[in-house]
Amino acid sequence: MEAIWDGLVEAFRLIGSGDGDLFSIAGRTLLVSGSATALAMVVGVPLGYLLGRARFPARTLILAGVGTGMGMPPVVAGLIIWLLLVRSGPFGGFELIYTKQAMIIAQFLIATPLVIAFTAASIQSLPARLPDLLTVLGAGRLRTLWLLAKEARLGLLAAVMAGFGAVVSEVGASMAVGGNLAGDTRVLTTAIVTETSRADTERAIAYGLVLLAMAFAIVAVLTVVQQRSPR
Amino acid sequence: MSLARRLLVLPALCALVFAAACGGSDDDPGTIILATTTSTYDSGLLDELVPRFEERTGITVKVIAVGTGAALRMAGEGNADAVLVHAPEAEAPYVASGDLVSSRLVMTNDFVIVGPPDDPARAASASDLPAALAAIAADGRFVSRGDDSGTHKRELALWGTAGIDPSALPREETGQGMGATLTIASERRAYTLTDRATYLALRDVLDLTVFVEGDASLLNPYHVHVVNPDRHDGVAAEQAEAFAAFLLEPATQALIGRFRAEEFGRSLFTPALESPVGGG
Repeated sequence: MEAIWDGLVEAFRLIGSGDGDLFSIAGRTLLVSGSATALAMVVGVPLGYLLGRARFPARTLILAGVGTGMGMPPVVAGLIIWLLLVRSGPFGGFELIYTKQAMIIAQFLIATPLVIAFTAASIQSLPARLPDLLTVLGAGRLRTLWLLAKEARLGLLAAVMAGFGAVVSEVGASMAVGGNLAGDTRVLTTAIVTETSRADTERAIAYGLVLLAMAFAIVAVLTVVQQRSPR
Repeated sequence: MSLARRLLVLPALCALVFAAACGGSDDDPGTIILATTTSTYDSGLLDELVPRFEERTGITVKVIAVGTGAALRMAGEGNADAVLVHAPEAEAPYVASGDLVSSRLVMTNDFVIVGPPDDPARAASASDLPAALAAIAADGRFVSRGDDSGTHKRELALWGTAGIDPSALPREETGQGMGATLTIASERRAYTLTDRATYLALRDVLDLTVFVEGDASLLNPYHVHVVNPDRHDGVAAEQAEAFAAFLLEPATQALIGRFRAEEFGRSLFTPALESPVGGG
């Protein structure tokens, strides 16, 4: 019990002291996971919209595939991207292995199925005739999409939170394709692994607290936006 | 902002972030991937050495800490530029096949067998290493790395020499690095084989004592090898060669000998220049 208390005290001291490592690792985590989530939104929202609206033969099968992707363990995503990007792999020539880009790609692979599934579900929950109605009322194509997005914002923001939450907390993929390089590809989760195996529990706790605080701050902002009554 | 503009801005922003995260330029002195063992990494030695090399040469060293088996496989497939490993028997085939060249002994340390302080198997009173292993096999729990690392390979070899079948023992494999395995052994009151450096680095948080040490078969030599650029495309052999040479420089060797010596009252690694196995 004492070890836990001492760990917490020391962790808060580290955070309070403006420890350089801690803040650069936290910033890097935000950059990598934020980029991956943004890219996942760019790709996943249109695909989710299509899957939610359109009716075509393989639709159910694809939705099942996306659902499976939601449950893919990050370490499997990491293994796939590692095999593709490693020097002897098909895309080895790009020299992306053990870089932040490789981590963004792997996290993108993890977040995208989540974004697609949440978007499809939120679009499907809207009245089926809503787009036609908006068009009849004189809204242009883009205006219609925008109004739909506003109507579906509960689900869309849940998609962002689910995607970001998944990638910011995963460790397997970041470790495999990023290599956990100090000052380069070390993020909060992989730093926690390193400090734990080096028995620097205080630092591990401090990183864990920062990770939780970061996730909370972002989800809190998104939740405020989500719960705001529509204009 | 209209939706149309938002839709255009977002991908542009992403591209920008992606590019910013990239960096790098053409007059870059280069980057090498050094595949190495968890013991050199968890002890903090490479944190000490690598920045000096990077500062002097401008070459970036990406240290990937895996087990010796995984490090050698990475090298064999051309996925690393240099390896720093400690399993001579496992390294030999890669050297023979020509995948690894320019091999040099960097340093040695030794393996020790640690266990719970009350020594339930009475390993400390055994006359020699095989007897100690037999005592542990009879009366103790043993935790193994089980990750094809140099330490794991050595552990299996030691059981073999003692004529004990490890699969018949109450022996558990962690599949994790040395630091994690020591913690598990400590919590489960089990014996384990560890390199002395990692044990000393973590000693304060472990409830483990050294019972077996000093046997010649517990010597642990670390070699650096460069991946053969004639056999694998894209190997930064010149930079890897520079790193290997750096490790053998007298100043670096002195640094290895002094590494955390004050803290522990003895050096964690013996540099090759004064090693019992001899330089080479």
